[in-house]
Formats: sequence, C-alpha cells, structure tokens
Amino acid sequence: MTLPNQVEFTNRPTLLEDHQLQPHDSIWRVMLRKYMSNKLAVIGAILLFIIIGSALFAPWLAPQDPSKQVLLDKLSPPGDKYILGADNLGRDTLSRLLYGARVSLLVGFASVAGSIFIGTVIGAVAGYYGGKLDAVLMRFVDAVISFPSLFLLITLVTIFEPSLMTLIAVFAIFGWTGTARLVRGEFLSLRSAEFVLAARTLGIRNSRIIFSHILSNAMGPIIVSATLGIGGVILAEAALSYLGLGIQPPIPSWGNMLQSAQNPQVMLGAWWYPLFPGFMILITVLAFNFVGDGLRDAFDPKIND
Amino acid sequence: MNSTQLLQPMEQTESANKIPVEPILKVKNLKVHFPVKAGIMQRTTGYVKAVDDISFHVKRGETLGIVGESGCGKSTMGRSLIRLNEPTEGSIIFNGNDITAMSEKELRPLIRRKIQMVFQDPYASLNPRKSLGNTLNEPLRAHNLHGNQRERDERIKELLNVVGLHSSSMNHYPHEFSGGQRQRIGIARALVLNPDLIIADEAVSALDVSIQAQIINLLEDLQEQFDLTYIFISHDLSVVRHIADRVGVMYLGKLVELADKAELYVEPLHPYTKALLSAVPSIRSKGAQTRERIVLKGDIPSSINQPSGCVFHTRCPVRMEHCKVAIPTLKEVKPGHFVACHLYD
Repeated sequence: MTLPNQVEFTNRPTLLEDHQLQPHDSIWRVMLRKYMSNKLAVIGAILLFIIIGSALFAPWLAPQDPSKQVLLDKLSPPGDKYILGADNLGRDTLSRLLYGARVSLLVGFASVAGSIFIGTVIGAVAGYYGGKLDAVLMRFVDAVISFPSLFLLITLVTIFEPSLMTLIAVFAIFGWTGTARLVRGEFLSLRSAEFVLAARTLGIRNSRIIFSHILSNAMGPIIVSATLGIGGVILAEAALSYLGLGIQPPIPSWGNMLQSAQNPQVMLGAWWYPLFPGFMILITVLAFNFVGDGLRDAFDPKIND
Repeated sequence: MNSTQLLQPMEQTESANKIPVEPILKVKNLKVHFPVKAGIMQRTTGYVKAVDDISFHVKRGETLGIVGESGCGKSTMGRSLIRLNEPTEGSIIFNGNDITAMSEKELRPLIRRKIQMVFQDPYASLNPRKSLGNTLNEPLRAHNLHGNQRERDERIKELLNVVGLHSSSMNHYPHEFSGGQRQRIGIARALVLNPDLIIADEAVSALDVSIQAQIINLLEDLQEQFDLTYIFISHDLSVVRHIADRVGVMYLGKLVELADKAELYVEPLHPYTKALLSAVPSIRSKGAQTRERIVLKGDIPSSINQPSGCVFHTRCPVRMEHCKVAIPTLKEVKPGHFVACHLYD
C-alpha cells in the first residue's frame, strides 16, 4: 500500500525551521487598541478619571467646609458665592458633592472588592472541583439569590447602626452571587482546557493551577463584572440613603443629599438642589457602565480587530 | 467453543504476552466508565463505556501506536494512563509501580515526572498568559529541579534548541508562534522533566502535512536522543504507520487488534482493521495490487448502549451467529499478533 504522506516523511526537513518571530503586539496592546476604538468607553474612562480624582482631592478642591452651615444663605441659587448653590441648611453644594463622591465611591469600590473576593473563591472552588461540592455551593448561591435582598438590606441596616462599614459589609455579602456564577462557569470550561491538563500532567499543584493558570485567564470577565457592579452599588447606596437608611447626616453622600431635597417646597423652589447630586449619580453610574462595556469588548477574544 | 470459555479474562494470553525485557507500562483490564445521569435526582441511568476492558503492554523504547475512529475512547484511554481520567477498574503498572489508586501526592514524584503528554491542539494546550520561559520554568520549580534560576534558564535554553526553537524565544507569548512552533513548545514542555514515557494524543492531527512531517521527525530524533518510549494516539493510519513499532486498533472502547506494524498493515486479521485499512487512500503504481475497499454499513453504535457480544457485530461483514452473544477476548493468534475476533477462535 502506498501512502500519499510517505513522500513527505522521507524528505527530512532540517530541524531548525526558520522561526524568526514577527514583531507582534502584546496581548495588552491589542486590548488597549480595542478599548480605545470604543468612543463611549473612552469618554467613560475620562469621566471616571475626573470623578475619582476630584474625590481624592476633595479637601483641596472644595471651596468650603462641607458641613459649615450658614442658615441665612439656605437654598441660595447657584451664583458667585455658592457655585452650585446651597442646601436647606446653607451648606455649599459643590463641597458636599465632592465629599459625597468620596463616600459613594468608597462604598462602591470596597463592597465590590469584598463581593468579588467572596464570589471568586466560591465560584473557583465550585467550578474547579465540581461534583457534590459544586452542587452544594451552587444551591447555596441560589438560596442567597432568592432572598428578597432589598428588604433584607433594610432590615439589616435597621438592626445594625447604618454606618459606612455596615453598608459596605451588607452590599458585599449580598452582591457576590453573580460573580460566583460567572467564575464557576469560567472555571468549569477552563479546567478541562488542554493547558490545564498539561499543568496537571506536570505535577503543578492545584492551588497554583487555580490561581496562576485558570484565574489569570478568567480575569477579563471578573474585571468587567466588577466595573459594572460598582455602578450598581452606587445606585443601591443612593437608594438606601434616599430612604434614610444609608449614610447618615452630617456625612454627605449623594443619596442623602437627594433625601434632604425631597421636601416638595425645596423641589419646586430650588431645582438646583436635587439636580446636582442626581446628575452626579447618573454620570458616575453611566461612566462605570461604559467602561465595563468597553472592557468586555477588549477582553473578548472573539472580537478581533 | 462455548461462551464461558470466551468470556474468560486475559489469563491465557498473559503467558504468551511475556517479553524478555520488563515492559515499561502494563495495562490490565482497564475500564473507564462515565456515569450518565438524568432527571432531577441525578440518578445514574447508565454508563458511557469509553474504555472497556483493555489490556496491553508497552515495551521500553518502542512506539506503540493506537488508532481508531473519533469517539472510540483512544484519548480517554491515554488520559486515564496518567490519571487525568480516573480508571473505573483494572490496573496500570508503570515501571513496576501500580499507579491505579495512588494519591496525587504519590503520583507527583513518579508519574508526574516520568510520564508526560503532548496534546492535540497547539493553540489550546499553551496558557496564553504565560511566556514560553514561564511555561517551561514552572514544572522545574514545582519539582525542585535545578537549584537556581540560572541553571533552570540554562536547561530551558538547551531544551529549546533541542526542539528547534531559538533560545531567544523564551520571553515570547504563545500567540506569537505558529502552529508548528507551538507544537514544538508543547514537546519541549513534555521533555522538561526528563520523562521516560510520552503519550502523544493526536499530536500532529491539527497541523498541516508538511509541518506534521517535521514534528514527527522531531519526535523520532528525540526518541533516539533521550531513550523515550511513546504511546502515539492518532486517527491517521499513515502517520501511525510511519512512527509506530506496534499498533493497536480500538473500536468502541475495546482493543480489537494489536500487532507489529509490518504485520498489521500487511496482514490485518480483524474485520474492522481490514475495513479501516481499506479506507486509506492509496496511490496506485503500475502493477501494484490494490486492496478491495470494504465499506462498513451504519454508524458506530452509542457507547451507552453497547451491542451485546462482540461490539463490532452490528457492522461486521463476516458476522456469525454467536458474535451477538459471546464477547471475544484478545488472543495471540500468531506470535506477537493479538486479535479479538471469533473468526480466529
């Protein structure tokens, strides 16, 4: 029997093939290019940069002490003395917005960091080990998801003193389920990837496979969900503060600034007072969502430029 | 011949299978069954018999080819040999150590160093986030080989030269290499711990023919250079014919024939092997005899509901009545030529 391939085999090529590497772009550069091609994502990133920067430098940027009350100036319209007006106790809105950004962003970042951590650990263990452990952990996730979280949040915040720490903890404890499911899915598909099998064949330890091999390849979706998650938490914090169950006065947060503006007399007479904190919430959440979408496209290997 | 005799396990062939040198790997009655679960309660309703009662030996220094259609269980078999798939039954003895039930801790100094694998897909088998240097360095560190980083780097550079890559490619990432180069990296990774046995699972199937030839030649050179033993799993009969010393043919989780390459390709005994070989396209030169084309009817039966008796009886052109009831065992019908078929009882 003559085989067509045999011709190829007898003709032995030299061992060293020509393998000059093409000057390729690194993975990060390709991702950066994909991100930059998304205009909204770039706008979102610039907005976030400004918002985070002004929150960080609030003490230097704020024209006044955010809790200084000048009752005579209460509900002053935007003008020379108060750029964005003054509230019902005569406090400078701009200064309160700047300090409020610190609170809102802190709650957002800290609680998302917490929920990403919990979600990643639980999802990674469930997805990598699979079997009964996976079934138990995922039923637990289902149970947490099926809690009516808003009411539970309200209950918890009323039981414990509604402080910054309580809020962060509560958001972290109820926010991790989505991440856990996402990470589990990633691990489930990556654990049977050939490079993971190769690592097991080489005797690399499970902990190293989980963190160094699989997690590094699952980072994209995790970062995206974290980015989108921060926007969600900022909204939730504003909602709780608006209900009076979030950050307590006199600490300014965008949510409780809205709350103190909910008096109809204020809303009709002093439109600028609820407008600015509401606008800040809108802009910040939008910016996080734009950045999240941009990152998702940048991390997605299927969309190649 | 009655069926009880036919159902007997491998004992009678065991003595005939004796070879002068102690084999590097002995596989006895290996089974890998996956439970099929259904319903809310996840009851086990059946088993996929991916590997069903396979026994063979691998001699030191040889290349054992395993061929079969997709889905016949050859990859699962290969993976179960290094416990990437857990064997359901049977035993795997490597260098005199029974590794079938060893814990991962016991496997690490032995199997994880001495048996390695080359994978099929050169794109999926390398971690895209790790540079070539990192990929090769990690196993050395995991096993505490070569005291310091400088020595490890030396070893990696040497290895890259051995597989035909520039040592300067250490800092590059997988996406910067071509398919053939990636497969060379996969081979370098398999060699990094100085293994004795390498299982190549469809190692060249994803490459185009000219690259296939280069990789196969590389594998042959390395075998000579490092005294390697190969188990070469492939669906490509011509590639296996080129590289293997002995060839085993699998069908539906069973080994149906095992013989020296020269013998198997020239004088196949099992009807399935005959059909398989007749399907290989050939270039007829003047006066050369061509094999009659045997076309099998029907599809491979599901490995969940395997046919009774001989698993091949549903498609066998020379089926006999008792093939439907009696399971044939792998028997040595000629020196070194094993076949599991009632025709040779």
